[in-house]
Amino acid sequence: MEKTFSWFGDRGVTLRKSGSDREYSGAVDGIDGVELVLLSAGEIPRELDAGRIHLGVTGSDLIREKLAAWESRVHTIAPMGFGGADLIIAVPQGWVDVETLDDLDAAAAAFRAKHGFRMRIATKYHRQVREFLHDNGVADYQLVDSQGATEGTVKNETAEAIADITSTGETLRANGLKILSDGLIHQSQATLFRGRRRNWTDAQRVTLKELTSLLGV
Amino acid sequence: MTRPIAAEADRLQTLFVGQGARAVDADILLSADTLLDLYGEDIRGRAYLTTDPFGGEMVLRPDFTVPVVQMHMDSEADPARYTYAGRVFRKQEDDPSRQREAMQVGFEVFDGSDPAGADATVFAAIADALAGLPVRAATGDIGILMAAVAGLNTSCTRKAALLRHLWRPRKFRALLDRFGGRTAPAPSRVALLAMDDPMAEAGPEVGLRSRAEVQARIDALRADAATAPISADELALIDAILSLDETCPHVLSSLRDIAMDLPSIDSAVEAFAARLDALDAKGIDIDTLAFEGSYGRTSLEYYDGFVFGFYAVDNPHLAPVATGGRYDALTARLGAGRAVPAVGGVVRPDLVAMMRGDV
Repeated sequence: MEKTFSWFGDRGVTLRKSGSDREYSGAVDGIDGVELVLLSAGEIPRELDAGRIHLGVTGSDLIREKLAAWESRVHTIAPMGFGGADLIIAVPQGWVDVETLDDLDAAAAAFRAKHGFRMRIATKYHRQVREFLHDNGVADYQLVDSQGATEGTVKNETAEAIADITSTGETLRANGLKILSDGLIHQSQATLFRGRRRNWTDAQRVTLKELTSLLGV
Repeated sequence: MTRPIAAEADRLQTLFVGQGARAVDADILLSADTLLDLYGEDIRGRAYLTTDPFGGEMVLRPDFTVPVVQMHMDSEADPARYTYAGRVFRKQEDDPSRQREAMQVGFEVFDGSDPAGADATVFAAIADALAGLPVRAATGDIGILMAAVAGLNTSCTRKAALLRHLWRPRKFRALLDRFGGRTAPAPSRVALLAMDDPMAEAGPEVGLRSRAEVQARIDALRADAATAPISADELALIDAILSLDETCPHVLSSLRDIAMDLPSIDSAVEAFAARLDALDAKGIDIDTLAFEGSYGRTSLEYYDGFVFGFYAVDNPHLAPVATGGRYDALTARLGAGRAVPAVGGVVRPDLVAMMRGDV
């Protein structure tokens, strides 16, 4: 939130929380006709898509994960240059034979033949991982849901590989994992999105123009 | 369902019953295990999955073939012919304008005694059902491509990898390029295989995939690196099969030429010839019937022999009015040791009614 506030502040639009520290309400100075709503990043794709908010700041990974055919449902106004994280596929460092997605596919075929089930990849980014692996011809795997501590699933033998967000890769290395050389699914960052303008009033359209010219985006 | 579509579904089913088919039904909500086992995670992008508190993952019927095969394999009837009519459900992740549910009327023949005759029976029954409509037929034969791969002068490992990805054209092409020496191996891979002990810096063993499994794959990679590339001549023969796109009699003579250099396809080509004779005997004009070498190579399909589809001539964007093919391997996978050669197809009564102007 602070980084979003300073991004807008640097461009002459002041966002601030109103009321007590624990209250999720806010105010906007420097432009009329704009209201601030504080929501969890994961809820913003849905709210934008439903038209209940007009603009939203959230991670580009969350937009891709939560909205099928996202390009037709929201428009990218500006990448904001912070909150960067890569959605990647990682495997144990001991898999010296697996460097690429092609290797992963071959290892998955052998794994299934030996163990009798499809190789497990732990993730919470189901849609993006499934589409990425499909596009790259990887078969004989299954996604197992992991909403947290995903790096630990391999050691705990609830998954053989993971697909997760990482910024420095340190946690991965600490857990004995390495990133596939072509395993970058998406480079995510905080991004300002706008929903579809179908139901916008003329006044709202004018306000958006004024805001984007103030922001220089 | 509107009346003209229901009436068309009834008409189609009556036609298939007239071909000796028994009308059967299938549950709309199926256990997802079988489909996940066959297609893996990709099915999640194409079908509606949900969770039952006791039954585990369930799926809204994406087609009838799998439940009908399961029903047949559990019965002792053989040979058998079935027909069914009902809705199928397909998730659309890319294009919200595409239909999520549609009626299908199907005709399936389980009979190993005369594969060419069974292929022709199904194709002719559907062609007759669509008679008078502005449709064109497309046909192909996955069995010829499989026989060609099986006959390549290379290792069993490479053939197995190619067959595993036969239905993924891009990956199949990448494998052919690699096995044909057209793409060079990555320098890091060459360096790894050249090491005396590639496992030297592997670090601690983490996870279920054991060190022995990693070593086994390194051995396989070393063996593969020592295998001669598939010759340019053989690759050209595969390309020649994939690029076939002519009427059936011309394709037959091209295939017989290809078989001179690739005798492994002989019996598949003769099966194709026998099918043409059987189609001819059923009154199909094989002189104008189109054949495409790449037809039917789409993911989430299970066809491994004859494949066909009927398309609206005036509306190339319309979904196929009818599709079908032979799926012997599917019955083997679902049959727990038992396999029954099988061929079948489905017609979309809604599209038929639309083309007639009834809806």
